[in-house]
Amino acid sequence: MTLARYLIAGLLMTVASPVVAQTPPVQPPVVQPPADGPRESITGTLSQDRTVIAVPAFATPAAVNVAGLNTASLGKQIADVIAADLERSGLYAPLGPGSVRAITMAEVRAPQFADWQARNAENVVHGFVQASGTGGLVVGCYLYDTDLGSELVRQGYEIQPADWRRAAHKCADAIYSRLSGESPFFDSRVAYIAESGPKGNRIKRLAIMDSDGGNHRFITNGQALALSPRFSPDYKKIVYVSYLNDRVRVFIYDVNAGTQKLVTESKNATFAPRWSPDGRQILYSMAVGGNTDIYRISAEGGTPVRLTSTPGIDVGGSFSPDGRKIVFESDRSGGQQIYTMNIDGSNQQRISFGGGRYATPEWSPRGDLIAFTKMGGGEFRVGVMTPSGGSERLLTNSWQDEAPTWSPNGRVIQFFRTTPGKAGKSSLWQVDLTGVNLRRLPTPQDGSDPSWGPILP
Amino acid sequence: MTIRKTTAMIAAITMLAVGACAKKAPEQLPPAPEGTGTDTGTNTGGVVPGSQEDFVANVSSDRIFFGFDQYNVDAEDQATLQSQAQWLARNPAVRVTLEGHADERGTRDYNIALGERRANAAKNYLATLGVDPSRIDVISYGKERPAALGSNEEAWAQNRRAVTVVIAR
Repeated sequence: MTLARYLIAGLLMTVASPVVAQTPPVQPPVVQPPADGPRESITGTLSQDRTVIAVPAFATPAAVNVAGLNTASLGKQIADVIAADLERSGLYAPLGPGSVRAITMAEVRAPQFADWQARNAENVVHGFVQASGTGGLVVGCYLYDTDLGSELVRQGYEIQPADWRRAAHKCADAIYSRLSGESPFFDSRVAYIAESGPKGNRIKRLAIMDSDGGNHRFITNGQALALSPRFSPDYKKIVYVSYLNDRVRVFIYDVNAGTQKLVTESKNATFAPRWSPDGRQILYSMAVGGNTDIYRISAEGGTPVRLTSTPGIDVGGSFSPDGRKIVFESDRSGGQQIYTMNIDGSNQQRISFGGGRYATPEWSPRGDLIAFTKMGGGEFRVGVMTPSGGSERLLTNSWQDEAPTWSPNGRVIQFFRTTPGKAGKSSLWQVDLTGVNLRRLPTPQDGSDPSWGPILP
Repeated sequence: MTIRKTTAMIAAITMLAVGACAKKAPEQLPPAPEGTGTDTGTNTGGVVPGSQEDFVANVSSDRIFFGFDQYNVDAEDQATLQSQAQWLARNPAVRVTLEGHADERGTRDYNIALGERRANAAKNYLATLGVDPSRIDVISYGKERPAALGSNEEAWAQNRRAVTVVIAR
């Protein structure tokens, strides 16, 4: 029964992978962990029961060129992007336009269900690409259940031709949401640091791309080291660290204007910036005389508010999605651990108590989990825990996996993976909450410090 | 008496350092890293007094090293910094940058904070030796500019460092 399949697909996303060890939610007293404790392992594989979805090339009523793009060619390219999105989710086994026949315009609203059932496709995606008459494109997106012969999704998008990939991502999001019950995440963008050059003198450039690596664009030229970018919630700005003029400072880059400004004027190093969920405030860390603390400032400037004051390194930080709390890391206990506090700095509480060091906490946009980097046994691994520190699960297992960032729906995590040695390099990866669906993201150069933005406005 | 006071401070700091985490100094000095200010410049035939080249030739080392996740200045570091302080006393117009670095076994933001902490530890020690702190800028490179490129204890020991670099005039 189709409904049952959807439920199973949903469960795959929500149930913890049984092979990953769990930490009880009760917070034990501080204990010294064994130097090299038992190692968890992740041995799962993608489900063999992934739903087969046929995604033939979208039809066009007339193959015409719009802004240099042919509607018939776009019909295949859009289907390719949709199939790739669905495949990357780990829940579906799409049959893309390269493996199924094309459809006619008439079939878009009247699918030949028997044909698709013969391909064992439980669902079929149909659509069309049409010149709008005003220089744009209209893209139709339909999802059908081949058993029931019923329409599950019907959407249309009027877009500028250059935005054709967005139409594909929105269609994939509609399909994914309808079938899995989860919120969408494909129609979103990623800011990250593109890396090149030798390990001792890496060139690091701010770069942006779609969630699948499409529409890639370098922002900075690499003359100044760029680190830790974050898109503003409206995607108009990027806050990041630049070593411009041999100083460590947080800048806000205006994506459309191509200009940037300092977040705050200071002689001291400022770094580790994050936006508040409403984009009105920025969190950053500032090192003063060897002591690092966390500050909050209006994105428009003004007087910063100091949130931490304990001796040592308080750094990073990420807002809860309701904007009321901040999760951050501190070495006040002797090593890096994760803490939460209210946005005025009150009620600071340690939440990580497992063995090893914990860093780079990121609050899920759903609010239910905090992702982190856990260091121990010579390795960095990405994991998640609840905001009270319970139910810790590690999702990756490699030499150095660092700096998790959440998909807009809080179901997938991107991070960067570094390989050891003189030729060691970094690359972008993503994994879902089961820890099973692990994939490398395509980037033109090496990559680090990914930052996944919300669903595009 | 200034010298006596300074000596007493050195003794006090030395005692503080005793018992600190064991630190493995590198077997050999690492090569000068590219792009982190240890540029020896073009050789014009003679060493220009007060230059980076002059500094490197006349101090026991341009850098001190730290234990894993540590920032204490131990006895060996103190001797190095004393030689640097003596050179700085002979070249009172020279300003320097103290570059703090961390090895690759820490997360990026934390390592920026840690490198800053190390550079400040070196700066503070130079200040106790009479170097005017306003002559010393501090910058942390975190784990961004390793001097040794391997992923092993020896390389990491070379990368956990604070490097004094003469600011070119």
